[in-house]
Amino acid sequence: MADQMKPGSGPLDYGNRLWLKVLFGLIYFMLYVPIITLVAFSFNTDKRGIVWRGFTLDNYVKAWNNSALIEAMTNSLMIALIATIISTVIGAMVALMLWRFRFPFKGAYEAFMGLPIVIPEICMGVALLLFFNETGMMGAIVAMPWPLNLANIIIAHVAFCFPFVAIVVRSRLVGFNRQLEEASKDLGASEWQTFWKVIVPFMMPGLVAGALLAFTLSLDDFVITFFTSGPETVTFPVKVYSLVRRGVSPEINAASTVLIVITVVATILAMKLQAPEKSGKG
Amino acid sequence: MPSPFLLASIQRLQGTAERRRILDNWKDNRSVFWILAGPGTFWLLVFFILPLGFLFIMSFSDKAVINGEVSITDYDYLTGITNYIRSVDTLYLTIIWKSIWVSALATVLCLVTAYPIAFGICFAPERWKPILLLLVVLPFWINLLIRTYALIAVFRSQGYVNLALGTLGLGPYDLLYNNFAVIFGLVYVYMPFMVLPLYATIERLDRSFLEASLDLGASQFTTFMKVTVPLTMPGIITGVILVFIPCLGSFLTPDLLGGANAIMIGNVIERQFKAANDWPFGAALSFMLMYATFAALMLRAFLAKRSAGVDV
Repeated sequence: MADQMKPGSGPLDYGNRLWLKVLFGLIYFMLYVPIITLVAFSFNTDKRGIVWRGFTLDNYVKAWNNSALIEAMTNSLMIALIATIISTVIGAMVALMLWRFRFPFKGAYEAFMGLPIVIPEICMGVALLLFFNETGMMGAIVAMPWPLNLANIIIAHVAFCFPFVAIVVRSRLVGFNRQLEEASKDLGASEWQTFWKVIVPFMMPGLVAGALLAFTLSLDDFVITFFTSGPETVTFPVKVYSLVRRGVSPEINAASTVLIVITVVATILAMKLQAPEKSGKG
Repeated sequence: MPSPFLLASIQRLQGTAERRRILDNWKDNRSVFWILAGPGTFWLLVFFILPLGFLFIMSFSDKAVINGEVSITDYDYLTGITNYIRSVDTLYLTIIWKSIWVSALATVLCLVTAYPIAFGICFAPERWKPILLLLVVLPFWINLLIRTYALIAVFRSQGYVNLALGTLGLGPYDLLYNNFAVIFGLVYVYMPFMVLPLYATIERLDRSFLEASLDLGASQFTTFMKVTVPLTMPGIITGVILVFIPCLGSFLTPDLLGGANAIMIGNVIERQFKAANDWPFGAALSFMLMYATFAALMLRAFLAKRSAGVDV
């Protein structure tokens, strides 16, 4: 690189390089300016949201009183919650199976598990739309009471979430020292006890990380939900999409800010919860 | 078993780690094996493979003609390849080709911006690392739609970029509803996917290799190109895959930022399933998109095999 080494900085002290710092600043600036302005303008009194006219909470009151928006939000959270629970359990089981066993065509099976990750979302969305329609599941599910009428969306979300959970949990399991398992069995624990007292605690950071990933993937998903949801069911992203198509409004900013705060707080909390576990197990 | 289409790098890295220890034979403990494998396999077969099978059949079907009228809800199944013939029409081929280059460009731009970020985080002071990493990952936790919406506010003709340019006496420019907006949007949205695998491999990089290279007289640039890049190739490949695939199949970003001027294949598919209500043709286009995705994955596998010193 063209830059000169500063006295006192070693050849590998890239962190002290000015060009890297400037580049860092620029990219972080680019990443955050849109989001920060979005949040800031949720407090703006100007209806068209172009210039800053003064601080207000009116947009939040309006969003809160918008029953369609609240309903969409409740649906989204419910879907994400159920889909996370199911996909964490299924994903962890698949991870344990792949970690523990060798079996014929394992490579092909791994490819099969990776398919929902590599297949374009829109293809999965239209395939599920077709499937739910042709099998008559769509009509049956939509007629059910809440939250069962969200089943089609939950099914779809689990299908693309649990392979991610499996990958995350498995990469955690790779670091597991199987001698611990043997030691546990030598000391008289049954297979079941060993699983709950030794393997699950070790897996826990992976499980939490996987569950969080599943939760945000589900909450974030627009495309697959857009195709698989029935005509009456609206999730938060689908609702926001229909609003955004009509134009920029401070009310969307307010609703978006609430969702941003929820996800960011949940993420940071989960990271905090996960941290002592990690350091404890090395 | 080398398989062309999978989130290969991560899984293969895991596979290598597992090969070093002895795995149980599944026959030794069949019940545990089946209990663990059952739910996931079932879910994927019924709610993923089966729907794709439906889609595959639909792509070879046509709308039924009942009493001389084209039906909206009924289909004649497996009538032939007319939908595929339509999809290789110049109009649609152009859109597929455009989707590929837009995605490729966005992926390259992602790599170029994400590499210094990942590199910088790895070499930052220890106490800064978690916060810098968190700041990159944080937007990833924010809804894709919200981030796209935030970009609209920045880029629209009365947006902040044009207001800023206006104070300099420039513009206003049309920053929205064109290819630029779509590519920028894709880079903006998918950058965390690129940073994370890069960070993971650079962090594992044995720095004594870099020191050795510098000690032996190589310049920083040569060291970077000949040592750092090859050693972090698995991360680069994973990142490229993780970004390129969602870009190629993206629907929301071109829909909101590109408008009618920058249509990608995902938008055409959506139109067939919603407004145009031509599901058989939409199904055929979906499979064209999937084949394009697989082709990209195979190309990547081929390149990875050819480039020397890459151990994936």
